[in-house]
Amino acid sequence: MNATALIAEDEPLLAAALQAELARAWPQLQIVATVGHGAAAVEQALALRPQVLFLDIRMPGQNGLEAAAELADEWPADQAFPAIVFVTAYDQYALQAFDAQAVDYLLKPVQAERLARTVQRVQALLAQRASVPANAPADSPLETTLAQLRVLLAPAAPARAEPLRVIQAGVGQQIRLVPVDEVIVFEAADKYVRVLTADSELLIRTPLKELLPQLDASVFWQVHRGTVVRASAIHSVQRDEAGRLSLQLRQRPERWPVSRLYAPRFRAM
Amino acid sequence: MPTDTATRWLPADSRRGVWRRALIVWAVAAVIALLQRAFDPVHHPLGQALLYSYAISTAIWALTDPLRIVLRRWLHLQAPHYWALNARTVPYLLVAVVLGYGIGVSLGDAFTGRSTWALLQGSPGRFWAVLLWSLGISAGFLFFFYHREKAHALEKLATETRLKLLESQLEPHMLFNTLANLRVLIGVDPARATAMLDQLNDYLRATLAASRREGSHTLALEFQRLRDYLGLMSVRMGERLRCTLDLPDELATHPVPPLLLQPLVENAIRHGLEPSVAGGDITVSARGVNGQLLITVQDTGVGFDGPQHPGFGLTQVRERLATAYGPQARLDCTSAAGQGTLVTLTLPLQATPA
Repeated sequence: MNATALIAEDEPLLAAALQAELARAWPQLQIVATVGHGAAAVEQALALRPQVLFLDIRMPGQNGLEAAAELADEWPADQAFPAIVFVTAYDQYALQAFDAQAVDYLLKPVQAERLARTVQRVQALLAQRASVPANAPADSPLETTLAQLRVLLAPAAPARAEPLRVIQAGVGQQIRLVPVDEVIVFEAADKYVRVLTADSELLIRTPLKELLPQLDASVFWQVHRGTVVRASAIHSVQRDEAGRLSLQLRQRPERWPVSRLYAPRFRAM
Repeated sequence: MPTDTATRWLPADSRRGVWRRALIVWAVAAVIALLQRAFDPVHHPLGQALLYSYAISTAIWALTDPLRIVLRRWLHLQAPHYWALNARTVPYLLVAVVLGYGIGVSLGDAFTGRSTWALLQGSPGRFWAVLLWSLGISAGFLFFFYHREKAHALEKLATETRLKLLESQLEPHMLFNTLANLRVLIGVDPARATAMLDQLNDYLRATLAASRREGSHTLALEFQRLRDYLGLMSVRMGERLRCTLDLPDELATHPVPPLLLQPLVENAIRHGLEPSVAGGDITVSARGVNGQLLITVQDTGVGFDGPQHPGFGLTQVRERLATAYGPQARLDCTSAAGQGTLVTLTLPLQATPA
């Protein structure tokens, strides 16, 4: 079966080895790109639209799971989502999640027999997809990947005992203090996080990843990989033609996109 | 809930010790009463001797042991060091022993109908002798328990540190990725595979040896271990890792605690270069300046702003420095987001570590 694939692996020898093993296990598979970090994986995957992605989980910058989550959001709605195979040297937690979801992953060092099984599974998936009409509504690889990512990206540890109460932001020569109770949105922006209240905006350097465990998960909802909003500030959720959701908040004029990963949060009661 | 209250008053990890000490105290109280009866049967019929002995020892035990832990916050005691001596615990223990004696004697008097306090007029010598004996025995107990607990805590801490050191150096991600690379090299470049296997071999041997003993080895050997580790990492990271090791000849035989620098180089890779898409440089250098040995580990990785939360690596290096050199050694760490991190160790030059 002919197909195209992308390999994302930060260790050059391992990337070359996976490519060589794949050439034996699946000679017709064409590797369209080999990249060394998550952001490049997203960029190349969107540009080249391969059918299969081999993503290392631990990579510099964006890791494999984050790259998959971003792809799930950015992937064009009219294109079939690629089959993703995660590759990892050791991730007990991740492996448990994969086992539970019965989705495929590869353990490093990659062994020929195990790779052959993965190749069979991916081929079966691609064949099944080719046999159903192109406009079939359910995009199963996307849904499986999303279900899997929801488990994998869920915070591993429960929130820390001491919740954050006050945000301290440097503004020129002074430090501004804003009670967390007044914050409506935290939004990742480059190297900063924008902290929005009803009438002000501050920048802090603490990454969203570090803020999240310090926030009460029942008060602040993550709705996108870069956005955390106060649940009680949400006015309404809208769905566009492509099926994407966006939020309207009570005290802010902007619209906030909801990632597919977090879309299941919003269902009518 | 009763268990909750018990946990709040007496933390679970302290309860067994408290009861164990109570049993020891009561056993010795029985022996003391029997001795009193044997040497002075007139003043000490067995029943009375036992009663006083148990009343006094139990009262002193209750005030100095469980109550001390219940009052741990006020006494500035932190788990698991409930036996620490500080500006509050020392006077507390003195007062508790005297007070415990008073309570014990009053309890004994209440049951026997005698008055020990009357002795103060009748035969003050006997009164003071009994009091001093009681205080002396209590002090002996406290001294014994204090040293036992301290030795116990130190041993536990040492074991935990060894285990954590081993865990951090045999980190599964590092190990399995290294093996994956090795597996690839065996097929494509057997000579390089052999070299890598030798490095892994030396690295593992050094790690296991360092986790078992303290002592010292030469800076040349220390740098050789770093070379092994960086060799393994550069096979994995390829061009993303560039490293320079700079050890002047005159410092080659200078003694250092084994694998002192290892956690610093690991940190530079794990927190500095691995998260960086472009990778970067690591420079480890040693120089002697004004009677001091300066060792720097510098990386051009992602760095961080503001105060770092010291991880196990830095804490462990600081502790080892303090053990080996006391206040003569120092570790300084500076970092800036996007520019990398610099760790400087300052040690006394040409001093053999303890």
